[in-house]
Amino acid sequence: MYPYYEQDWSVLPPENNRRFNPAFNMATIRQAFTEAVERVRMPTPTRLRDLIRQIRAARTAAEERAVVNKECAYIRSTFREEDSVWRCRNIAKLLYIHMLGYPAHFGQLECLKLTASTRFTDKRIGYLGAMLLLDERQDVHLLITNCLKNDLNSSTQFVVGLALCTLGAIASPEMARDLASEVERLMKSPNTYIRKKATLCAFRVIRRVPELMEIFLPATRSLLSEKNHDVARNSSDTPDAFQKIVPNLVRILKNLILGGYSPEHDVSGVSDPFLQVKILRLLRILGHNDPDASEAMNDILAQVATNTETSKNVGNTILYETVLSIMDIRSEGGLRVLAVNILGRFLLNSDKNIRYVALNTLLRTVHADTSAVQRHRTTILECLKDPDVSIRRRAMELSFALINAQNIRTMTKELLLFLEKADAEFKAQCSSGMILAAERYSPTTRWHLDTQLSVLIAAGNYVRDDVVSSTIQVVSSSPVPEQTYITNRLWEWLQVANHCEDKQPMLQVAVWAIGEYGDLFMYGANEDEFERPTESDLIAVYYKFLTSAQVSTTSKQYALVSLAKLSTRLQQCVEEIQALITSFGSHLNVDLQQRGVEFTQLFGHYKHLRPPLLEKMPAMQISRISSQNGESGGGSFDDNSPDVIENGVEGGGGGGHSLIESNMNTLGDNTNILLDLLGSTDLSAGGAGDLVAATDLSNAVHKKNSRNANDVAAPVSNNQDLLDLLDLDLSAPSSTTTGAPAGGGGGGGIVALVGDNNQSSAANMNNMLGGLDLGGFGSGLDSSASIPTNGNDLASMLGGLGAPPAASAPLAAPASVGNLIDGHAGSLLADLNPTAASNNVAVPPQGPRLTALDKDGLLVQLVSVRGSDCMRIYMTTTNNSDNTLDQYLLQAAVQRSFQLQMLTPSGSVLPPGGVITQEMRVVATSNATLRMRLRIQYVLDGQQQVEQTEVSGFPEQQPAPAAAE
Amino acid sequence: MLFMLLFSRQGKLRLQKWYMAYPDKVKKKITRELVTTILARKPKMCSFLEWKDCKIVYKRYASLYFCCAIEQNDNELLTLEIIHRYVELLDKYFGSVCELDIIFNFEKAYFILDELLIGGEIQETSKKNVLKAIASQDLLQEDETPQSFFDDHGLG
Repeated sequence: MYPYYEQDWSVLPPENNRRFNPAFNMATIRQAFTEAVERVRMPTPTRLRDLIRQIRAARTAAEERAVVNKECAYIRSTFREEDSVWRCRNIAKLLYIHMLGYPAHFGQLECLKLTASTRFTDKRIGYLGAMLLLDERQDVHLLITNCLKNDLNSSTQFVVGLALCTLGAIASPEMARDLASEVERLMKSPNTYIRKKATLCAFRVIRRVPELMEIFLPATRSLLSEKNHDVARNSSDTPDAFQKIVPNLVRILKNLILGGYSPEHDVSGVSDPFLQVKILRLLRILGHNDPDASEAMNDILAQVATNTETSKNVGNTILYETVLSIMDIRSEGGLRVLAVNILGRFLLNSDKNIRYVALNTLLRTVHADTSAVQRHRTTILECLKDPDVSIRRRAMELSFALINAQNIRTMTKELLLFLEKADAEFKAQCSSGMILAAERYSPTTRWHLDTQLSVLIAAGNYVRDDVVSSTIQVVSSSPVPEQTYITNRLWEWLQVANHCEDKQPMLQVAVWAIGEYGDLFMYGANEDEFERPTESDLIAVYYKFLTSAQVSTTSKQYALVSLAKLSTRLQQCVEEIQALITSFGSHLNVDLQQRGVEFTQLFGHYKHLRPPLLEKMPAMQISRISSQNGESGGGSFDDNSPDVIENGVEGGGGGGHSLIESNMNTLGDNTNILLDLLGSTDLSAGGAGDLVAATDLSNAVHKKNSRNANDVAAPVSNNQDLLDLLDLDLSAPSSTTTGAPAGGGGGGGIVALVGDNNQSSAANMNNMLGGLDLGGFGSGLDSSASIPTNGNDLASMLGGLGAPPAASAPLAAPASVGNLIDGHAGSLLADLNPTAASNNVAVPPQGPRLTALDKDGLLVQLVSVRGSDCMRIYMTTTNNSDNTLDQYLLQAAVQRSFQLQMLTPSGSVLPPGGVITQEMRVVATSNATLRMRLRIQYVLDGQQQVEQTEVSGFPEQQPAPAAAE
Repeated sequence: MLFMLLFSRQGKLRLQKWYMAYPDKVKKKITRELVTTILARKPKMCSFLEWKDCKIVYKRYASLYFCCAIEQNDNELLTLEIIHRYVELLDKYFGSVCELDIIFNFEKAYFILDELLIGGEIQETSKKNVLKAIASQDLLQEDETPQSFFDDHGLG
């Protein structure tokens, strides 16, 4: 190592010994002596190259680890012993070990000690170590700041250089603050070497601590006026203070381009590209949004753009930067076209990097300058076939950006070709992009549908859900002939082998369309001479899908719903469909099983509900919030459409319709169903339409039955209409209950509900209530007595009661019992509410009628009916005027001794002749006379109207049941 | 420039220079990720990739990959030039450089890089000046320790 310590250094003749010093004094001898002693005490450490060799010789990772661990242990021990002679070498070794990924943080402090050494080698390695090992930990940084400060003031330029370099690499904000003034001083140094380093170091300092910018500004300004090649390059984020240097920069740049040949800074024939790029970039920053500066630059940019040689990467680098600058400043239109043309030439370049850069830049500028970019469309489309994935990806994105109404047909053709061959990762994005583009620009519906279909076929299983839903939506909003057309096409594609496995999204759309438009498909106008399948063929295809293991559950769900729909569209094969659907009642997949069971119900008890439930869907609204990627957009819709159907079925006829109503805006069949229910209620009520008579009957029953029965009747009868229904049914129980097959008293009624299907569900419910009442089984009545007064809970009670018979019901497979019970509870609930609501409308409650307001055609009437524990007041508002009243709102107030509860009104809009009903419940806490103050608000022709009135004369509150007699 | 990495085709790190302060753990993670990503790329692919919020520019010279992370608005093509310039310098300094030179003289490679770049910005565009600075510093070192500190086994 150091020759001092080599055995033979002293035997060399003086002329060969470079350390020979005639002024060999005692001090040096003493130093040599102590160091020699130290060296004897410690064994010589392994040399750096030896260590590297050893590590490289290690055959396994374990072997390497062993070598490294041994060496690390040794290095640690030397650090502990403050061995200053070998510190430098040890740190060097540690740095190598660090690069291999082993921990080396224990060397941090030693690095600092090295930097404090006077020897240049120590400093060099020490700063290198500092740059590699130090993170921004504060304690160590304080130490290194001191070292740096010393070295920045050194007289050796290389020491200063080392310090500046280190500062440039690891300056933390604190360090930057502490040393900023030193750096600023060095920027004015006469030495170019130091000045350059200091300038870049200042750049770093400013980046870490932007507010330090101020102190550097004057120095930077003077530097810029220098001719030195590199100093000028300091500045990429210097601020608006530099406005006036633009001409200067332009001059420098001009000199660079036109100036003499300077071999030093030359890179394959282009003079100092690094500087050119920096200046261009600075010009870009300065010219951004500054018309004057931009004006000054136009010329030189054009010059650079035309004069730069493009055969090498270097030239293209500069052109690229020029293009960026042209795009970013307020340049002339001609210059912009020139820039886009340069990029167009880049696209034809054989260097893939340059093609990539061009596409990337075009992508950035396409929105600003579409027409210029359009001219390079064919080249861009060529890039779709590039072997490089990244280039293909950029080209694809760019293509989407270029699509407009004029070129959609050709672009789509190219993109479809691309889509067919594209890698899996592209297919999803590409298909979604095409669908979006088609949605926006499609020239005709037919073309749009064809494109959707082609995309589905080309992209196969990689299609995102949004494409499926968007296609379905497009189909549903198309005119009828187009619907027939696309259904036919889809059917044709379904015939192609393998499609059911690799093209599930297409399968989903196909079965949806066939289910939805089955009637058009099979029996509609046949314009394009399409060869229709027979019904049994169709069912056979469905059978194939539904039983195939390769078809996903989602597709099967689509198919099952579609099949159910077909059952109302086809003319012959309904039994086959029923059999197929019923077979799913025991499917292993819970969802499919549920659908199977539910649809089966539609072939059984609820047969009459099937056609209206499975009506054609109305044209769907586009409610797409989707972004370019369509990631979030379509999915929700996709989920919804089958669900709505499902709910409709689950609700057994009633409840689901409110869902359909709100979601799909189909009021029509909903009303039908309600009328249905009402109709059957009437039927079951027989001739007992007279409500007074019914009440009488009810009371008779109350009297006849025990107190318990009364309790049941009471909560139920809270809802007057329900009471009515109950009563009506009580009038007919003799037939219904005796007709029920099971003999188990009230239970029979419930079983009748499950098993008996001739009556509407509303009637069934009444049956059940009737059964309860008449059977009078004690415990059930007690529990029911505690049920709170609203209809929902009533339903749940019924559901609960319904459970045991349902469990014993023969039709349920074990796994689906829970579903069944839920389903029935749900359907009861559903039945209850609409029935109640409809009765509100259809059968005005009887009782003293008070007219609260009769003004300008607006008639507000109150009918009060005494309940067991409260008084019910039904408000009926009738609009007899010719105007529509909006936002109708009724507010009511009563005295303090009463409690008032208002239920939701039936609506808020009163068309001419329209009626709004609302129910209020009043509970008296003392024996006062009820008075009610009403405030009625509505909007007429955009004007807010308010009416106030007070109503009294309500019947006295009395103990409930006896009063009516 | 945010950082520069040199690694071999086997994925071994040969040189790392960070111009941003990352914790050690993050550095290791970034290195691992980039090495696997880049090694997985095929030769016909282009030299740029978008990675997190920066751009990666890499180039392969013989068995060594030179990989730089630059900011979004930096010039990728110019970065390729910088890499090339660095390789030229190494080549001049070592005399037809190979991976072994950089393994055994990694500190020299660092010194050269530090003369070319400061804080991630190019400092000296003249090859001659860089080499001159390095040579004089080496001389300075030799003057203190007549036989150069590290090359006692003749690995120049």
